[in-house]
Amino acid sequence: MSLAVDDLQVYYRTLRGDVRAVDGVTFDIADGEIMGLAGESGCGKSSLGNSLVYLTGRMKYVGGTVDLDGTKLPIWDFEAMNEHRFRHISVIPQYAMSALNPTRKIGAMTADLVGSRGVPYKHVAGEFIRRLELVGLSKDVLGMYPIELSGGMKQRAVMVVSTLLDPSLLIADEITSALDVSTQKAVAEMLVEFRDRGFVKSMVVITHDISILYQVADTILVMYAGHLVEKAPADVIIGAPSHPYTRLLISSLPEVGVRYTERRLHGIPGTPPPLLAPPEGCRFRDRCPLASAKCVKRPPFRELEPGHHVACWEVGG
Amino acid sequence: MSVPDRVSTTTVGDDLRIGAAVPPAPADEAKPVSGLRETLYFAVRNKKLIFGLGVTLSMLAIAIVGPYIARHPPLDYGGQLSVPPTTRDGYWLGTTLLGQDVFAQFVTGLRMAFVVGAIGGGIAAIIGMVVGFTAGYRGGIVDELLNMVTNVVLVIPTFALLLVIAAYLQVRGIMTEAIFIGLTSWPWAARAVRAQTFSLTSRDFVSLARLSGSSSRQIIFREIAPNMSSYLFMMFILLFGGAILIAATLDFIGLGPSNTISLGMMMQLSVQNAALQLHLWWWFLPPGLAIMAIVGSLYVMNVGLDEVFNPRLRSM
Amino acid sequence: MSVLVELDGCTKVYRIGSFGSKRLTAVRDVAFGLDAGEVVSLIGESGSGKSTIGRLILRLSPLTAGSIRFMGEDVSTFKGRSLREYHRHAQGVFQDPFSSYNPIYKADRVFKLIKDTYFPAVGAREWAHKVGDALDAVSLDPAQVLHRYPHQLSGGQLQRLLVARALLLDIDFLVADEIISMLDASTRIDVLNLLGDLKARGLGILFITHDLSLGNYISDRTVILRRGVIVEMGETEKVFGDPRHAYTRMLLAAVPQLRHKWSADGDGRTVAAALEGDGIGSALVEIERGHLVRLEEGA
Repeated sequence: MSLAVDDLQVYYRTLRGDVRAVDGVTFDIADGEIMGLAGESGCGKSSLGNSLVYLTGRMKYVGGTVDLDGTKLPIWDFEAMNEHRFRHISVIPQYAMSALNPTRKIGAMTADLVGSRGVPYKHVAGEFIRRLELVGLSKDVLGMYPIELSGGMKQRAVMVVSTLLDPSLLIADEITSALDVSTQKAVAEMLVEFRDRGFVKSMVVITHDISILYQVADTILVMYAGHLVEKAPADVIIGAPSHPYTRLLISSLPEVGVRYTERRLHGIPGTPPPLLAPPEGCRFRDRCPLASAKCVKRPPFRELEPGHHVACWEVGG
Repeated sequence: MSVPDRVSTTTVGDDLRIGAAVPPAPADEAKPVSGLRETLYFAVRNKKLIFGLGVTLSMLAIAIVGPYIARHPPLDYGGQLSVPPTTRDGYWLGTTLLGQDVFAQFVTGLRMAFVVGAIGGGIAAIIGMVVGFTAGYRGGIVDELLNMVTNVVLVIPTFALLLVIAAYLQVRGIMTEAIFIGLTSWPWAARAVRAQTFSLTSRDFVSLARLSGSSSRQIIFREIAPNMSSYLFMMFILLFGGAILIAATLDFIGLGPSNTISLGMMMQLSVQNAALQLHLWWWFLPPGLAIMAIVGSLYVMNVGLDEVFNPRLRSM
Repeated sequence: MSVLVELDGCTKVYRIGSFGSKRLTAVRDVAFGLDAGEVVSLIGESGSGKSTIGRLILRLSPLTAGSIRFMGEDVSTFKGRSLREYHRHAQGVFQDPFSSYNPIYKADRVFKLIKDTYFPAVGAREWAHKVGDALDAVSLDPAQVLHRYPHQLSGGQLQRLLVARALLLDIDFLVADEIISMLDASTRIDVLNLLGDLKARGLGILFITHDLSLGNYISDRTVILRRGVIVEMGETEKVFGDPRHAYTRMLLAAVPQLRHKWSADGDGRTVAAALEGDGIGSALVEIERGHLVRLEEGA
C-alpha cells in the first residue's frame, strides 16, 4: 500500500469554534494509482490534500493516522515532517504559478529547494534539465525569472520542480483550474506521463472538474462537507455511480453533445451544511431524495465490491 | 474528427429526482456580528489604540483648558528671569531667560500644534483625496496629468520655497504655516488613495453601478470611498501627526509664525538663548517631550487601528 | 425574429505604456448579430477579447472603431440620458458574484440603485411587488435573500439576484459574462436553465464563456474568438458538429469530456504552428448558409 489514511480529522480554528473540514476520513491509495479527489467548494478536498503535507496556521490536527509506504507520517509535527516533505511526499499547491518568488530565477530557486533537503544541486541538475525538456521547456528557463514565463510554462516548471526528488506521493491541488483548455490538456497529460515514467509513484489530483479526472485518473474519490461519499474507478463513478450525491452530481454536468432543447439537466437544490456546527449523521441528508430516519446515524464508508466504497445506508443492502 | 455521440447520456440521476420533495430551507447560519460592533469589540481590546488615544486626548484636554488657566499671557515679559518651576505667581513651569511664562507658552504651543495638525493635515487630506480619487477612477490621460502634478509637488524643495515665502511675508500667522504644510504634504496621500481606488474601480460592483445609471461622483462617494473608510481615517491621522512634526521642524529653524508662540519655537528660542548650557531644563524639555508624546502616540494609535481594521494582523 | 444587437467592424485598441505610446489591439473587426429570443455563445480562451466585447456592447468601454446597433440605433456614441435609456433595455451579469456586490452594503441594495435611477416615483408597496415578481422569475425566496449581506448568501443566489435586478428593468438583451464559472457544478446547471427560461420569454442573451460544454448546452449560435478575431461562427450544431477552422478543432479535441477519453491523435504542436497567423490578411468566408470560417489569404 502506498498511502493509507485512517479516520483523519483536521479542523480549522476560528473565533466562533472549530470548522470541521476533514471529519473522519479513511481511504487507501495503491502504488502507481492516480486518484482524483473531487467535490464542490467547501467540501474539504483542499484541506484533506494539504493536511497530508503541511498544516497551515489555522489548521489543527485532531486525530487519525496517515501511513506512507509503511511509515507513519507525523503530520502534526511541522519539524518532523520536513524529513518527508519534497522527498517522499510533495505538493503542487493551488495558485502555484503565482507562488513562485518573483525575484529568484528558476534555477536558483530550485537549487535552494534541493539544498534545503540536503541534496547538492549539481547531483540533480542534469536530471532537472532532462525533465524540463520532457515537458517542453528549454534549459534557458533556468535563467529566467517567473515573470518571463507564461501561465502554462510556470505550471509545468512547478510540476517538474515538485517532483525532482521522485516522491512517492504527489498532491496536485487544482493545477488546471486557471489554465486555458489546451494547456489544461497538456498539463493533465503530463501528470500521467510523470507517473508512467516513474517520477512519482502515486498521485492525488484535487479538482472540482470531474471531466478532467475522467481523462487522467484511475480512481475518483468524491467528498462532501468533510466526509467521504464514494470511491471507485473513474469509469464506474461516471458511468454507474452508487451514492445519491454522486449520481445527482454527474447528471448535472453538461457535455458537448447534450443540448438544452433535447434534455434538460438539473442541479441539486439546497446548499451544503455549515461545517462550523455540522448536523449529526450523514451530511447530505438534507438534500438527499433517499433520506430516511436511519440517516441520522453516519453511514460507514463501506466496500460494496472490490475497489468501490460508498457511504450510504440505501446502497448495497 | 469524430462527432461526439448524440445519444442521450445515461440518466444516472434523473430517477432520483422523480418524486423528490423540495428540501427544507437550510438552517440560518449564526448571525454574524455586525461590522461596526465587531470593530468596536477589537478596538477596546487593542492596547496600542487605547494607549495612543489616551495620550492624545489628554494632550488635547490640556491644550483646550490650559490657556484659560494660565495666569500670564504667553509673550509677556512680566516675570523674573530664568526662574525654575514654582508655585509662586502661577509660574508652574518657570520662566524663560527673558521672563516669559513657560507654562503659558507651553499650553498655547500645544493648542497651536493641534490647530496646525488639523488644518494642515486636513488640507493635505482633502487635496490628496480629490487628486487620488480622480486619478484612480478616471485613469487614462487624466491619471497621467495628475501623476505629473503629484510628482512635481513631491520634488519641490519645500524648504527653499518656505524661505522665499518667509522673505516676502513679514508677518506670518499659524494659518499661513498650516496652509503651506497642507499644500506641500499631500502627494503621498494622493498616491495611496489612487492605488486603492484603482483596485476598487476594477471590481465588478463599480461596473454594475455604472450600468445602474450612477454618476461618477455618486460612485466615488457611495461605492468607493466607504470601502476605504478605515484606510482614509488612518491616512488622516498620519497626515495630522506629520503636519505637527513638520511645523515643529520649521519653527525650530526659525521659519515659524511671527506673531505667536509654538512648541517648536519654544525649542528654538531656548536653544538660541543657550538654555542647555544654562541648565534651564524647564524651558526646552516640556515642549520637546510634548511633541514626542503627541506625534508618537498618534503613530502608535495608527498601528493599533491597523490591527483593528485588518483582521489578518490580529493575533488569534 | 427581429435583429436586436448588431456589431459591425468593431475594434478596440488600448493605449498602454507611458502617455499611451504603445498600442494593444484587444478586438479587431468583429461583426455578428443577435436576434430576440436567441442565445449566442461567445467562446474564447483568456486573452481572446470576449469579455472586452461584452463591455463594449454594454458601453462600459468606449469603442475605437466600428458600430454597435441596438434595435437599429448606433449606441456607441450614447451619453448621459440616452445611455441610461439604453441600459433600461440592455444589462449585464458578470463572473465573480462576490466582486459584483459592494461588501459593505446589503445585497438587495442593487435593487435600490435601479429604483433611484429608473423608478424614482414608484411607491414602496408597488416596488416591493415588482421586486417580488422579479425574484419569483429567478426562483428565489424573498425571505431568504432580502436584507442580507452578500457574504451571507451563496454564489448561486447572488448570481440569480443579479439576473433579477436586470429583470426589474424589463430588458430585451442580457450579457452573461462567465456568470457560472465560479459556481459549483450542482448549481451551475440551474442558473443555466434559468437563462433558457428567459430566452423562451423573448430575451436575447450573449453568453460569454471559455467552457465549450456550457456553450453547447444553451446556445443557438456560437462565435469562436481567438486573439480578438472571429475564427468561426454559425449555428451551434454546425460549429460543434462540423468544425472547419483548425482552432475550433483544437478546442474541441482538448475539451475533457465525460464519456470520451482524449484521442491520442491531434498533435497540439502542429496545430499551433498552423495557427501562427494573427488574422491580418484573412477574411471570414461563408462556407455554407450561416456558417462562417476565417480563411487565410490564398486558402
